[in-house]
Amino acid sequence: MKKQNEKILTILALIVLGILVYLAENNLDAYKLRILNLGAIYITLGVSLNLIYGFTGQFSLGHAGFMAIGAYVTTLLVLPPYYKEMIYILEPLAWPFTVIHAPFIVALFLSGLFAAIAAFIIGLPVLRLKGDYLGIATLGFAEIIRIVANNIPRVTNGALGIKGIPEFTNLWWSVGVAVVTIYIIKGLIESSYGRALMAIRENEIAAEVIGINLTYHKVMSFTISAFFAGVAGGLFACLLTTIDPKAFMFVMTFNILIVVVMGGLGSITGTVLAAFLFNFFLEYLRPIEAGFNIGPIKIPQIPGMRMVTFSALLLVVILYKQKGLLGGFEFSWKGFFQFINKLFKNKRSSEGSTR
Amino acid sequence: MSLNLFLQNVANGLSLGSLYALIAIGYTMVYGILRLINFAHGEIFMLAPYFLYFGVLIFHLPWWASIIAAIALTAMTGMLSERIAYKPLRDAPRISALISAIGVSFFLQNLAIVVFSGIPKSVHRPAFFTRLYRFGEIRIQSTLFASIIVSSIFLTLLLYVVYRTKTGLAMRAISTDIETSRLMAADVNKAISITFIIGSALAAVGGILWGLRFPQLFPTMGMIPGLKAFIAAVVGGIGNIPGAMLGGLILGMTEILFVAFLPAVSGYRDAFVFLILILILLFKPDGILGKKVQEKV
Repeated sequence: MKKQNEKILTILALIVLGILVYLAENNLDAYKLRILNLGAIYITLGVSLNLIYGFTGQFSLGHAGFMAIGAYVTTLLVLPPYYKEMIYILEPLAWPFTVIHAPFIVALFLSGLFAAIAAFIIGLPVLRLKGDYLGIATLGFAEIIRIVANNIPRVTNGALGIKGIPEFTNLWWSVGVAVVTIYIIKGLIESSYGRALMAIRENEIAAEVIGINLTYHKVMSFTISAFFAGVAGGLFACLLTTIDPKAFMFVMTFNILIVVVMGGLGSITGTVLAAFLFNFFLEYLRPIEAGFNIGPIKIPQIPGMRMVTFSALLLVVILYKQKGLLGGFEFSWKGFFQFINKLFKNKRSSEGSTR
Repeated sequence: MSLNLFLQNVANGLSLGSLYALIAIGYTMVYGILRLINFAHGEIFMLAPYFLYFGVLIFHLPWWASIIAAIALTAMTGMLSERIAYKPLRDAPRISALISAIGVSFFLQNLAIVVFSGIPKSVHRPAFFTRLYRFGEIRIQSTLFASIIVSSIFLTLLLYVVYRTKTGLAMRAISTDIETSRLMAADVNKAISITFIIGSALAAVGGILWGLRFPQLFPTMGMIPGLKAFIAAVVGGIGNIPGAMLGGLILGMTEILFVAFLPAVSGYRDAFVFLILILILLFKPDGILGKKVQEKV
């Protein structure tokens, strides 16, 4: 298929997506919208983690920390100054934060920028490490970010957290950011940079031998990944309307890692699917703990049963689908039409045989 | 700081460090053999004091019997978790096993919420464990002695098993090269099960001592000590048993002394621990006692 035609198809698909978002925004209730929003934010998070881990092969467990940076930057920027003065009860807000105020889109961009700067500073020394050691070191940095957030009440309101953040995030924002993230990261992967990143993943020494600058590429991938994690953090804050340091514990990173691995490492399509399924199941298992009837047997209400079922489900999936749900499969228009063609042909040939 | 206060802090650091050491062993042994960060280890640790609590409260067992039962049950849970969640993934990509470990961790934590309820439980400690000993100015709770003595006993026992018995030999052989040891007729599955039993039993001992020292139980209590013990294992050189013990002691001591010397920034205690971890990783990535592995092209 020609590149031109693929572009047109992609634009058509985006228009369809836009119509769907419009319909969802106008017809669904707040609860369902929230799940969809979370799903879209998880797509951004998952795809960005996939860039550093799935495509570059660098085991990073720092996403929760970058999210935290993004969430606090956005919060401090979008809250109106008079409101900020009101909620910092224990200790007054420090100077520059008392006056700054910015529209949502600027706040989101700055969230990403600050997360990226943090990632650059962390990444330079740490990305020399390999495998699990890198994972532990980045996890350590994420926890340090969280602990610092806990200890500077003049900026973050400490462990109390910040409530009453304006709910700017809607599907237009969350899906929009997810689409932009996928577009940029896919573009990056298909460029010569992306080839270099994948070469580093396959064999670091070989990549170095053919002249790929390891530090440069690793730090670039890490920084870009953190940028989108920061933006997602900002969306996250303006969706939940309340944040505190506890929300960004390493469990958050684990959730994103689960999404990426479940979807299949190095597959953006897989991440998108897994991000959606993850949030869908997390919410739609709620009836389990509310108590229900199976015929004559009455299952009482058991709080916590939802997460038990969810983690059991997770275990089953990883035990039977060891390479994730899609296992590295990537959606493309070419593959899509081949698939349709095959379906069509099979149908014809089976019709032919019955005749 | 007076000398007495300093000694008091050292004693506290030793007792906390010995608990970290007990938990760190499980991480380091499993990593040594399977190259798996067993994120569920902190949850195994959490189960033990709960078992003890219910043994005493519901089954009215005497303390000693309840402690033995709790250790046995916890060790069994650890072994079962390996059989169910890690064994089928032994040849899968390593990340799958890690996700499985995270899954087991979520599962046990939430099962604990369902079965034990999320409301924190306070442990009723027998009088023996709350007795205070005075040495001049220094006051030391008996649990502090208990944790140091009990951990020394168990750690000596562990060193004996690993370095002086045939099972230990098999375990060490497998951690060096799993395929070759299989060819040498080492029972890999058995050795791995024993590794999990020993690691979980030591975590159970640590958990029980923890419950007696900080007498409040809640389903997420294993997360932070688990993470700290894991850091201890890395600091000491992951895969290395004496290293895990040393790392645990260093970590416990650092934590207590950091707060003692710099009370103004005590909130940053954990951040300091992570900073040490990162510095060690950067300058001596194989830990204090770890051996350097030369990378082959």
